Amino acid sequence: MSNNIVIAAIVAGAVGLGAGYALFSGQAPKTVEKETVTVSSAPAGAGTLDEVRARGKLNCIINTGLAGFAAPDDKGNWTGFDVDFCKAVAAAVLGDATKVNYTTATGKTRFTKLAAGEGEILSRNTTWTFSRDVDLAQTFIGVNYYDGQGFMVPKSLGVKSAKDLDGASVCIQTGTTTELNLAEFFAGNNMKYNPVPIETNAEAQELYKSGRCDVYTTDASGLYATLMSFDNKDDHMVLPEVVSKEPLGPVVRHGDDQWADIVSWVLRAMMAAEEKGITSANVKDLAAKDNKDKEINRLLGKDPLQGISKLGLSPDWAVNVISQVGNYAESFERNLYPLTIQRGLNALSKDGGLHYIPPIK
Amino acid sequence: MKEKTYQPGSYPDLPPPPGTVGIYGWIRNNLFSSISNSLLTIISVILLYYLIDGIIGWFLFDAVYDAESKIECRKIDSGACWAVITKRVGQFVYGFYPEAERWRIDISFLTMFIAFAPLLYPDIPKRKWLLWFSLIYPFFAYILIMGGYFGIQRIEYSLFGGFMLTVILGVSGIVCSLPIGILLALGRQSKLTVIRTISICFIEFMRGVPLITLLFVASSMLNYFMPPGTNFSILVRVIIMFTFFSAAYIAEVIRGGIQAIPKGQYEAADALGMSYWQKTRFITLPQALKISIPGIMNTFIGLYKDTTLVVVIGLLDPLGIGRAALADTKWNGLSTETYLFVALFFFVSCFAMSRYSLWLENKLNTDQK
Repeated sequence: MSNNIVIAAIVAGAVGLGAGYALFSGQAPKTVEKETVTVSSAPAGAGTLDEVRARGKLNCIINTGLAGFAAPDDKGNWTGFDVDFCKAVAAAVLGDATKVNYTTATGKTRFTKLAAGEGEILSRNTTWTFSRDVDLAQTFIGVNYYDGQGFMVPKSLGVKSAKDLDGASVCIQTGTTTELNLAEFFAGNNMKYNPVPIETNAEAQELYKSGRCDVYTTDASGLYATLMSFDNKDDHMVLPEVVSKEPLGPVVRHGDDQWADIVSWVLRAMMAAEEKGITSANVKDLAAKDNKDKEINRLLGKDPLQGISKLGLSPDWAVNVISQVGNYAESFERNLYPLTIQRGLNALSKDGGLHYIPPIK
Repeated sequence: MKEKTYQPGSYPDLPPPPGTVGIYGWIRNNLFSSISNSLLTIISVILLYYLIDGIIGWFLFDAVYDAESKIECRKIDSGACWAVITKRVGQFVYGFYPEAERWRIDISFLTMFIAFAPLLYPDIPKRKWLLWFSLIYPFFAYILIMGGYFGIQRIEYSLFGGFMLTVILGVSGIVCSLPIGILLALGRQSKLTVIRTISICFIEFMRGVPLITLLFVASSMLNYFMPPGTNFSILVRVIIMFTFFSAAYIAEVIRGGIQAIPKGQYEAADALGMSYWQKTRFITLPQALKISIPGIMNTFIGLYKDTTLVVVIGLLDPLGIGRAALADTKWNGLSTETYLFVALFFFVSCFAMSRYSLWLENKLNTDQK
């Protein structure tokens, strides 16, 4: 009788080895295929565009879930501000915004995933800092969202400004830049605070809701997302002060300037489209006629844009981006207005924001 | 009416006095045996009523099962908003696996039970034939799930997620780690120095490192060791790490079992002139494995639950899918419902495993204790 257990174990062993073999053998052809691609496209790092075209899909690394920036809808389609940017690049490069493979990454794994080539773009609310840019050998191609650390308080506290927070207890995520920012802000204003250290954002929300801390601090976009999750959101407010700079933007690997140019000009094209009043609704009409503003003509491929062939893009790249994804404002409104996030710093420079677009000529 | 007479000693037992047996008697003895007991009973019943009333109300009667968003849920009723689950149940089960191809997962899952039946239940009819199916099942499931052969569409691993991912990781880890664990346990007891040293090093290293570290190694470090351009699926890397990790624990559990066997058993086997492998196959392992069943199952259940750790390297297991659902502005803030649902899934599968191990223990019980 108990011999059976040995037989079962032996068969399980064989099954295990078989499973291992199946997984590896299935892996092998893919590996070879990949290698031939990289060999043909030496020097290392270059040829990202060819690789994407050959594959027919763009690999994009996104957040595992952040309200407004990346989240799957009920049908399983990823949506969000960062996801829109992946789609825009796919539209420009492949002509089809749906041809994106999404790979999710956490804050800890995002850079290694990019470095290991699991994606061509890291579009995951990543703060542009010196060491990430230089030390990790990555290229930040621009800023698509200016974030900053803010404070949320219950209205019953009667505080109107972060400068009134002397002596408050603050829920703060340990081991993040927000912790340092908080200390610097309070020290700089000669105020004292009582830190309530927490591990995760979810924990912070519960502590804040239960009144364990007076103030909750994290990036402003995160505060708005948290606020949206409250049942009684009218009882809380986000204070006007922003105490740190968090310029978020898409990232690519060092070593392929052509690809970096493509990605950065897709971002600028979306912003330029907003500046020139080109939307997903009117882009086809504008592309069909001769506009007085020659910059619109150049952007939409009506007039020749010097150097576009060097990027390896077709003249209608921007038309694809704007018609399939929309301009910067459309993406912002679609994804971030539901969180009641205002344009603020993220308005174009002509509207008092920070986005200043180099001319398209 | 004339009273019956009985011979001395044959008078039938009288029924116990009313109020001391049956439900009434039980209640009287256990709940209302004294004034203080009666008070406690009444207070407890009142408290229980409020508690259960609130919980059941929240869970069932006041709950909303169909709505388009959390705001809509709250408008309809005050209880749980299960709509976040019902709207996304496909995502919770299959991750982002394309809807048109989900039958492949269903078939793989159902046939998994056929493949496991002969391994788990020795008395099953036609066991010999079914064992052949068990042998080809891994290839069959791999081809069906990943695709890319026989004209079946290839599915990228990045689309894997949800309960399906948990089952793939958990089952592969469990199935592969048991044989490796047995070999390691035998290796650690071996008289051959090289084998013993390797086994000890492996076991001690794997046990000495947190699983989460191994997962980070799988997700980040391995990329640096491989030749550039190798795309070694993260799923395989993670399964290997899970397997190694739990194999080390299994090895120690089984070693405990081996050492619990009385010395006389070995001596008897030696006296019969058995070779090492005969001894292992007929004397050591049958007894050692039987003793180790609770420990092995403990490790398996632990491994199964540890699969949720993959969320830190960006794989969307049920917890990850739940978090992603909460990041949707429509469902933001429904963490209680989401996490309860995931907890229920894990409870059901872990409870089933633990019941099976109990059944197996009873079945193999030879009453030697």
